[in-house]
Amino acid sequence: MYQEITYSGQTTFFQKLRSFDFILLICIFSIGIISSFSMYSTDGGELLYHTKSHILRFLIFFSLMIALSFLNIRFWHVIGYLFYAICLALLIWVSLYGITASGSQRWINLYLINLQPSELMKIAIIVCLAKYYHRSQISDVNRIKNILIPITILVLPILLVASQPDLGTSILIALSGLVVLWLAGLNIKYFIYSSLVFIISIPFVISFLEPYQKLRILTFFNPDKDPLGAGYQIIQSKIAIGSGGLTGKGFLKGTQNYLEFLPEKHTDFIFTLFSEEHGFIGSVLLLLIYAIMVFRILKIGSISRSFFAKLFCYGFSSAIFIYISVNMSMVLGLVPIVGSPLPIMSYGGSSMLATMIGFSVVMSSKIYQRQLIS
Amino acid sequence: MISGGDLGFKKLHTINRRMFIISAAKAVVFAGIVARLFSLQINENKKYLTLSDKNRLREWRLPPVRGEFLDYFGNIIAGNLKVYQLHVVPEQVENFKYLMIRLKEILQLDDDKFSKIIKKKNTQKPWETLIISENLSWDQFSKINFYLHELVGAKPVLSLARNYPYKEVFTHVLGYVSQASSNDLINNEIIKRSHVPGLKVGKVGLEKTFENDLIGVNGVQRYEVNAYGKRINELDHEKGQKGKNIKLTVDAEIQKLSNELLAERSGSINIMDIYTGEIIAMHSSPSFDPNLFVYGISQEEWKLITENPLKPLINKSISGLYSPGSTIKPLVALSALENDVISPNFKVRCKGKMEMYGQTYHCWKEKGHGVMSLRNAIKQSCDVYFYETSRKLGVDRLNSTASKFGLGNTVLKSVLIDEKKGLFPSTKWKKNNLGTGWVLGETLLTGIGQGYIQITPLQLCLMTAQLANGGFKIYPKIEADKKQETYKSIKYKMAQNLLNKEENISPIKKVGEKLFKIGEKKYTPLFRNPENVKFVLEAMFGSTNEIMGTSYSSRIEDTKYQFAGKTGTVQIKKITESERELDLKTSQIPYEDRDHALYIAFGPYKNPRYAVSIIVEHGGAGSATAAPLAKKLFKLIVDRHELREKIKNQKLT
Repeated sequence: MYQEITYSGQTTFFQKLRSFDFILLICIFSIGIISSFSMYSTDGGELLYHTKSHILRFLIFFSLMIALSFLNIRFWHVIGYLFYAICLALLIWVSLYGITASGSQRWINLYLINLQPSELMKIAIIVCLAKYYHRSQISDVNRIKNILIPITILVLPILLVASQPDLGTSILIALSGLVVLWLAGLNIKYFIYSSLVFIISIPFVISFLEPYQKLRILTFFNPDKDPLGAGYQIIQSKIAIGSGGLTGKGFLKGTQNYLEFLPEKHTDFIFTLFSEEHGFIGSVLLLLIYAIMVFRILKIGSISRSFFAKLFCYGFSSAIFIYISVNMSMVLGLVPIVGSPLPIMSYGGSSMLATMIGFSVVMSSKIYQRQLIS
Repeated sequence: MISGGDLGFKKLHTINRRMFIISAAKAVVFAGIVARLFSLQINENKKYLTLSDKNRLREWRLPPVRGEFLDYFGNIIAGNLKVYQLHVVPEQVENFKYLMIRLKEILQLDDDKFSKIIKKKNTQKPWETLIISENLSWDQFSKINFYLHELVGAKPVLSLARNYPYKEVFTHVLGYVSQASSNDLINNEIIKRSHVPGLKVGKVGLEKTFENDLIGVNGVQRYEVNAYGKRINELDHEKGQKGKNIKLTVDAEIQKLSNELLAERSGSINIMDIYTGEIIAMHSSPSFDPNLFVYGISQEEWKLITENPLKPLINKSISGLYSPGSTIKPLVALSALENDVISPNFKVRCKGKMEMYGQTYHCWKEKGHGVMSLRNAIKQSCDVYFYETSRKLGVDRLNSTASKFGLGNTVLKSVLIDEKKGLFPSTKWKKNNLGTGWVLGETLLTGIGQGYIQITPLQLCLMTAQLANGGFKIYPKIEADKKQETYKSIKYKMAQNLLNKEENISPIKKVGEKLFKIGEKKYTPLFRNPENVKFVLEAMFGSTNEIMGTSYSSRIEDTKYQFAGKTGTVQIKKITESERELDLKTSQIPYEDRDHALYIAFGPYKNPRYAVSIIVEHGGAGSATAAPLAKKLFKLIVDRHELREKIKNQKLT
């Protein structure tokens, strides 16, 4: 009755090219362009190092994404565990031999770029968990054994990243992993129980936090307590965004930016700069592009036949959403400051690379949407 | 297979349902972000725009340029001098400690001054200018410029500072300026508004009185600064406004002469225009150099001033209280004549002393003057005659005449805050203040200007002026008026007022004037009979210009300069009988026990225009010490008169 139609995969190059998701591509590319202009603005209206290298990276990784999209979705299924294992190994390597910058050991020196494995892990965790749940029956998901294994898969990188220390990335990994667990059908009671445990353990967790992380949390609740110290970033960010108004101060005219009041404006606070210069209208437009992107990935997931592709797309869509909302909420002063880049907009090679790999898996799901994975 | 499909279906169902829940959550979160953006960028836009401007804009207020003081002839008596200063803005200095140590070496600052600067730095904001030195010598200035390349952050600047070119000559008129204290900031809103580090404000004298006119308006420079306080560009430069220049009625030349005449002595000289009330000179000696205070006076210099027994800090012209001695006699005579107590022909035999109720009252001339008429009594200053006159007159009638002529009240009103009222006693005053009844003997003492009576030198000058102008009320002033009244118009008004004397004014008009207080009426007559005033003035002429007159030796015979006056010698200590027998010379008495020498005069006699009062503390006899000064003064006063009139007429056109 249910006849499996095996998908030959014998389509031509042009057929594949035609089945690319162009809406998603346009979204990615337009954010790439917007980010280049923003980077130009952070450099004070000159074509300096950050702008040049950001544009270059975007072009390289965008091409890489297109190229990787031609890989059959089965490839990602096959290397799922390997990808995860490599990232985990790199994380261990980092914890032993990594480069330390501003008090945190996060990078591996690869001559051309400094690779940040934790960023890759953000994608690898989704691929790995998607593979893990691809075959499992819904009735098996809630067995103790089947719970412990994915939890272990999730907890290992979180601990490694948190110990770098990089609270932001580890939270993002945890959240993307948990979303996949939820989508896979893990009983809701586990989420309730664990969140209860989490809330109870907050005081203990806080006692293990680094002093600067504690300060950030305290600052979030009262940024005016120390306006020139820990609260400085969030206050200046709010001033910049608030002073942008409806239409913004204009391109290259953000005074908070060029007078150097903005902290980390290339990376985590790039949205602040964008919002100061382009105002409410610009910010909502940017957010709209991101929203289209998120829901487009969701759409691709929903038309994918294989559970792996579907789970990955749903997971990745949610992960992208989490990155965006955490970053924006942070610069808007809605959540405490944790290091979390805005996908594609923020300066940073590893983050861009990981995001592009994610997109290529999504694209591959689209091209091979009828591909079944046994 | 089937069950697998079932399960697969269930799995799909679960994932899609859960994805739907997540999607709904996503929509909510995005909506939340948009709402937050809306609240920051649209609702609170104004607040954040202000904050952003506050971030980037910074104002530097420049010190205002202080108005100048000019004398009547336009000479600057308190001006502004270009000085070289050294400024440091701590915020713009990379290594503040190093810079300060280098500067200390180069400028050879002592530890005391150095720690003061460091203290000051800690009290002000990092972008506020720290003044290292307010007055660099040329040597220091060139040294700083030589090392400037290694003194990053130090800025030698050309600035303006108060300067008193006449040094100690005008100190008591002008006062001085010094660093604004926290009290100045609290008490004066305008100082607070214009305050910049290093601002100088008036501390005493006219500098303080006219502070609000003099201070001027700050210039403002607005800069855009970056997060590190570095100036990126100048947006705006508001030019400041110089404070108002204030022209005084004083004559720098005469003031200078007064200073020279009282050199090394303690005392006061006051000169007044008898018609306009303009103060031509007002000097208190000893004085001190007000320039010392501009940059902060040193401990030793301050000690020198405060520990000087001659009390240079006190403005004796308005705060020094003295007995007028015999200089009050013309007034006593006028009062007695006005009250018809005596006539000019009233005669008293002076035997050198007078007995009353067992007390002996001595005349200054031990042998006695013999039979005296009123004119002779004024001329020779016979004490016994005035004992008798005042006994007949009584202290209360004398008090009323004295008050009319300005004794016992401030002369300049609120212009100088440290002016004293002095005291002219009356029976009522004694009852209220000392609680005992008036004794006749006290009337006798008051009649020769001793006892309770206390006046300031400026009051004495006003009294003389109001006698000399024929007995008309004038209001002394030290700030030159924009519109000047000519001598002629004043004379005319006086004549008018004489015609409309009190008794001629209708009672209705009188009540109306009292109710509505139509200004203070100028040039009203203070006498009943003009002949009485004329008589007194004529007697004063005799005192100076006739043989036997007390100041005969100081006379000037040239009618152009000829003046009339009255001497006064004030006892400081009650002289005991044994001392009286010794009859010591002034130089044989210890300084603080010596008599005060006083002299009042007006001139030129033919057509009087100026009145003078002179007090030399512990100077001995008025005739020997004070009167000769008047001679020198009148020479200059009369010589300057023409020029003064010229300036006065210029202003009218």
